[in-house]
Amino acid sequence: MTDAAVHDPVVADHGHATSTGISNTKLAMWVYLGSDCLLFGSLISTYLLLRHRSVGGPTSEEVFDIPFTSVSSFVLLMSSLTMALAVSSIVRGDVRLNRIWLATTAMLGAVFMGGQVYEFTDFYRAGLGFTTNIFGSAFYTLIGFHGVHVSVGIIMLTSLLVMSLRGNLGPERAEAVETIGLYWHFVDIVWIIIFTVVYLIP
Amino acid sequence: MAIVERPSDVLALPSGSGVARAPLGVFARPRAKTGWRGWVSTVDHKKIGIMYGASSLFFFVIGGVEALLIRAQLAAPGQKLLSASLYNQVFTMHGITMIFLVVMPMGAAFMNYLLPLQIGARDVAFPRLNALSFWTFLFGGIFLNTSWFLGGGADGGWFAYAPNTGVIFSPSHGMDFYALGLQITGIASLVGGVNLVVTVLNMRAPGMTLLKMPVFTWMSLVTQVLVVFAIPVLSVALFLLTFDRLFDANFFNVDQGADPLLWEHLFWIFGHPEVYILILPAFGIVSEIIPVFSRKPIFGYPFMVFSGIAIGFMGWGVWAHHMFASGLGPISVAAFSVSTMFIAVPTGVKILNWMATLWGGKISFTTPMLFSIGLVAMFTIGGLSGVTHAVAPADQQHTDTYYVVAHFHYVIFGGALFGFLGGFYFWWPKVFGYFLNDKLGKVHFWLTMIGFNLTFGPMHILGLQGMSRRIQTYRDGYGFNLWNMVSTVGAFVIALSVLVFFVNIVRSKRRAGSLPPPGPDPWDSRSLEWSIPSPTPEHNFDDDPIVTQLDDWWHQKYQEDETGRVVKVHEPEEIAMIGDGSRAHLPAPSYWPITLSAAFPLIGYGLIFNLAIAFVGAAVLLGSMVGWALEPPDDEDQAPHGHGDHEDGDPDTSPSDSEEVTVGD
Repeated sequence: MTDAAVHDPVVADHGHATSTGISNTKLAMWVYLGSDCLLFGSLISTYLLLRHRSVGGPTSEEVFDIPFTSVSSFVLLMSSLTMALAVSSIVRGDVRLNRIWLATTAMLGAVFMGGQVYEFTDFYRAGLGFTTNIFGSAFYTLIGFHGVHVSVGIIMLTSLLVMSLRGNLGPERAEAVETIGLYWHFVDIVWIIIFTVVYLIP
Repeated sequence: MAIVERPSDVLALPSGSGVARAPLGVFARPRAKTGWRGWVSTVDHKKIGIMYGASSLFFFVIGGVEALLIRAQLAAPGQKLLSASLYNQVFTMHGITMIFLVVMPMGAAFMNYLLPLQIGARDVAFPRLNALSFWTFLFGGIFLNTSWFLGGGADGGWFAYAPNTGVIFSPSHGMDFYALGLQITGIASLVGGVNLVVTVLNMRAPGMTLLKMPVFTWMSLVTQVLVVFAIPVLSVALFLLTFDRLFDANFFNVDQGADPLLWEHLFWIFGHPEVYILILPAFGIVSEIIPVFSRKPIFGYPFMVFSGIAIGFMGWGVWAHHMFASGLGPISVAAFSVSTMFIAVPTGVKILNWMATLWGGKISFTTPMLFSIGLVAMFTIGGLSGVTHAVAPADQQHTDTYYVVAHFHYVIFGGALFGFLGGFYFWWPKVFGYFLNDKLGKVHFWLTMIGFNLTFGPMHILGLQGMSRRIQTYRDGYGFNLWNMVSTVGAFVIALSVLVFFVNIVRSKRRAGSLPPPGPDPWDSRSLEWSIPSPTPEHNFDDDPIVTQLDDWWHQKYQEDETGRVVKVHEPEEIAMIGDGSRAHLPAPSYWPITLSAAFPLIGYGLIFNLAIAFVGAAVLLGSMVGWALEPPDDEDQAPHGHGDHEDGDPDTSPSDSEEVTVGD
């Protein structure tokens, strides 16, 4: 009975199955991501309202380097693929492959963050500070909040990797990988919207 | 039974067997169940509920004193008790305190205590996160109130319109405390919201489908869904304000092209769902109380549930009725006018259903029942004046007058608070094992009722006469004198009624020993929390209750005989769970929630005064997170087989265990 219960992915922590069949942790992640939609919704609306209202420069047209950001966006989107591969490898019980994909995902996320740091530095040198004009405030806030989300994701992936290296992440905990995967995919999807709204639409 | 080993926190990933017993070597695993250690380390939803209730009453006294200061200042024209600047701080802090530190946590108190009991669960889905929510709320509340000693309270009104809240117009640190303090209580609400939504959806006892849940559980679910979606919008608004004030950003800087309406929209997109967050738990409470004391099931249960859901949805489409005077343009105004009138419909459905429940019932006018009927009556008045705001041309006249003040006190005090007070009298025996005195309770009720109407009734007249809100005084000769004096007298009557309530608590506790204990089900009630002893044993239910219908507990007591008459077949004492707790597994207590939440005010003070404090706070935050993640949710030393404290009996053969396995499979 013990084994059956432990390996059942939808068992809650109080001794019986959850009512929905989804584990508490995964459901909590879904609810939290729903909440996060409103966070980014508010930030994106704020940006859309304010971006063309600056009194002085520099404007978005003057600082954006769209080819560069496209490349780093591509890197982030590819990390969703490796994340999915990480989930599927741990479900199949392939711990070694899982480590590789987790590390790759975290690495791609880090490359994206490096791109963001470079971009921020570049814009700052071009004269766009956080307080320079209203576009600057709105831009750095929106992109910064997304960057914080990606960084938290990298920390969670690294934690998973450490757990795996210490032998604590087997197929019985595939759901932990899947739950963090949900977060990672969400952050990617938000970036698709931000990239379109902020960089591509003039 | 090893099923209980599954850890439960979102980010606290299962860290395996090689875990130190004192993670980070800081704390020994807390074991105390009593004393202050028992309280600060508890993860028990009942103790957390009690602490929510006690803290909200504490803040209620603070907010009440602020209210008395306001009324004393306005008792007569031209008074100089409070300066204009101090008056701004007092009414702002009164609003923030009553909304964020009294009504919201009081609702959280009832939800924390009752939700797991009403759905037949052992605890909430994430017990440690639950403790985190409470401590974060408490520290956030204390943080907000320390502003009085650190340069003055917030002074921009509770909705803090930009650009009035900028550094130029509000140079003290008050608005910084506002922005950071509400951010902290927002974290508490958000964590609590996720936790309770998951609890209700996932932890229901076998057989309890969604449409067999008590109405209070339903209203709490709707409330928490609103919390989960509304709080992030406020968070963004507060972040923008914080960035403006502390880091010179330009979000509300009109010189740089900002649009102050941005704040109004963000705030009210949060703010209107917020008013339903305040009122829906109270609606749930009276929906439990009225059937019990009318001796009838709730009239139109599905309508009760779906009208609550409808309020939850429609609450997102009416926010701009707070902004009719801001120049939105005729199309927006017309649209929001219509949607605001529409939202009165589901609320009206609820009022009708409560009255239909009363209709033909065998009504007993106990104190909880009086407060519930008080809610129905007072909320109806508040609801009707709310509909008058939906008429945009009239609203132009109401905006920023005492008419609005009268309206929202009728819905929040006459609605939410009346419901909570009734709830206190109703569930007190379940929580503490003794009754609150009913005679004193009735004195409490009538004083509240009279004081309330004396205070806020005249404000309708004052508002229509044109008296502005948020002005520290008024001149003689405008016809405001009489009604202001009446209102001030009323406020002190309310203060007296609160005193009676506290006297009642103390006196009832003293006399509890000489009276017979209430037993599991003193009111002959309908939901599952009454099927277990009073006060609730630590483990709640001995076994998972099996639910077959709505009001299952009532149907266990009453059945129809051959002639179709309803007769009592069981006394509650016969069928209640005895509560030996031998088969129960409980989550282990932890110190990490309180240390983690202590980091938030540190970060807040640091951002305002000196970044060094913020770094200390950040270090506490990170250390607590790591300690939390490395601490297994279950205490391995406490259990003989590493999973729970069910020593007696043979867990492998007892019938309840095999039952759990079937469920687990």
